[in-house]
Amino acid sequence: MNRIWKKYRFLILRRISQIAILVLYIGGNYWGWKILQGNLSSSSLFGKVPLADPYAVLQIFSTGAIVAADAIIGAVIVTLFYALIGGRAFCSYVCPVNMVTDLANYLRRKWKLDKIEKKWWASRNIRYWVMGLSFILSFLLGTAAFELVSPISITHRGIIFGMGFGWAAILAIFLFDLFILKNGWCGHVCPLGGFYSLVGRYNLFRVRHNQPNCTLCMKCKEVCPEKEVLYMIGKKSQIVDMGECTLCGRCVEVCDDDALHFSIRDFVKKGE
Amino acid sequence: MDQKRRTFLVTMAQNMAIAATGGLLWAAYVDEAKAAPLTLRPPGARKEDEFMSLCIKCGLCVEACPYDTLILAKPGDHKPLGTPYFVPRDVPCYMCEDIPCVPPCPTGALDIDSVTKKEGDKRVFDITLMRMGVAIVDIKDCIAYWGIQCDACYRACPLLDKAIYMELRRNERTGKHAKLLPVVDPDYCTGCGLCEHACVTEIAAIKVLPRDVALGKVGSHYVKGWQGSDESRLKGSKGIQTTVTPRSKKSPVESLNEGIDFE
Repeated sequence: MNRIWKKYRFLILRRISQIAILVLYIGGNYWGWKILQGNLSSSSLFGKVPLADPYAVLQIFSTGAIVAADAIIGAVIVTLFYALIGGRAFCSYVCPVNMVTDLANYLRRKWKLDKIEKKWWASRNIRYWVMGLSFILSFLLGTAAFELVSPISITHRGIIFGMGFGWAAILAIFLFDLFILKNGWCGHVCPLGGFYSLVGRYNLFRVRHNQPNCTLCMKCKEVCPEKEVLYMIGKKSQIVDMGECTLCGRCVEVCDDDALHFSIRDFVKKGE
Repeated sequence: MDQKRRTFLVTMAQNMAIAATGGLLWAAYVDEAKAAPLTLRPPGARKEDEFMSLCIKCGLCVEACPYDTLILAKPGDHKPLGTPYFVPRDVPCYMCEDIPCVPPCPTGALDIDSVTKKEGDKRVFDITLMRMGVAIVDIKDCIAYWGIQCDACYRACPLLDKAIYMELRRNERTGKHAKLLPVVDPDYCTGCGLCEHACVTEIAAIKVLPRDVALGKVGSHYVKGWQGSDESRLKGSKGIQTTVTPRSKKSPVESLNEGIDFE
């Protein structure tokens, strides 16, 4: 039991966090709970504090519309939270799609698909292209372009307000991640993930690598959904400084050699 | 060196082509998906194109609605995804006086100013100001127009005798009865859909449609001369303007003789 906790503590915490947030939203819709109302696009915390998806608000800005104060304040609050503390934690602790892609990734490892499957190569920068495109299309079409296709919103809204054919979007992402591209959606395509990678680039909490302890077993790189951020493994003691790190903590818990742990960013550059 | 530049240019061209292909597909989908002209929006909603740019699809209006009138569009509803709408035949808008659905809107896609009026020095809610749509009567399938006595829609209307009034007409078929015909006045109709909900026919003979779908527009060159307020639009006008050219100075008759040599 203790071992399970040690090996999966962040995973368990993340699932609790993701599900708790969903339950609060569902309660907000069906039972009138005043804790979290709305959905991840925009919500009202305790019926007072506005929260808004800053990426969605930026898309609305690109359409040229004048957004009311609540959404702007909400977007600023969320941006500040992730910029200072959260980093890209939205992806691993809040987003419901994470559970779908994690499952796909788990099955990939379990069934050893990486060894058999035809390898596709795709740049992890696609998400930034998609993000740029979404602003251009929002401007040209006069509506928040990603919000009309976003599988994140479809999933999240589906769970809270009724799914309709939304399951098809979830299935598509699952199959894409399972059979087409490893970490395909969250790690390559999703512009919201890209957005939070940029926002959370300089946040406080970071994973730190302690090189002398490392035995180069590479378990961390195997579970990491953004393994390019672990470029320093076995090479240098430092923080994982790339914004793409979702702070999911999988690398910390799989490491048997105590070579990875959560830490706080170095504010002063230490002399070599 | 030249090879390197070639590779760079080709790679860039490939990336741009992928982005353009994806962008065009995406744009084509979004452009079609956002066009749903028959969608009835919540109270206070701005014009459809403004509404579509502003709505963040959060569902706060839907959650605020005490009658579950408002629905958030799901995939398969054939409405712009995630935007709120309602179907009056299923659940109409009951026109709450405290309008719970409009203030929660975080982006201003639902405009509070459009459903409030000034009273003294503060603004108060007035739900009768909203214009979600307008009711249209199908006079061939409305049984009141057949001469059968029915005033279900008239009785259901929250703005009775204003938004729907009954017009008296002689029943020519029997020659001795009257018909009482429901008539909608778009100046008062809010588009709440209580009439459509109440209609007794199998498919409602009175239906709410979005105002820009159902209503026409006269154009500014028609002036109601019998109405002081409309007549005042002519103020400052220079009267009937005639364009004078060297040709128009001559009498039209003269043109008959033009180009003819009488010698």
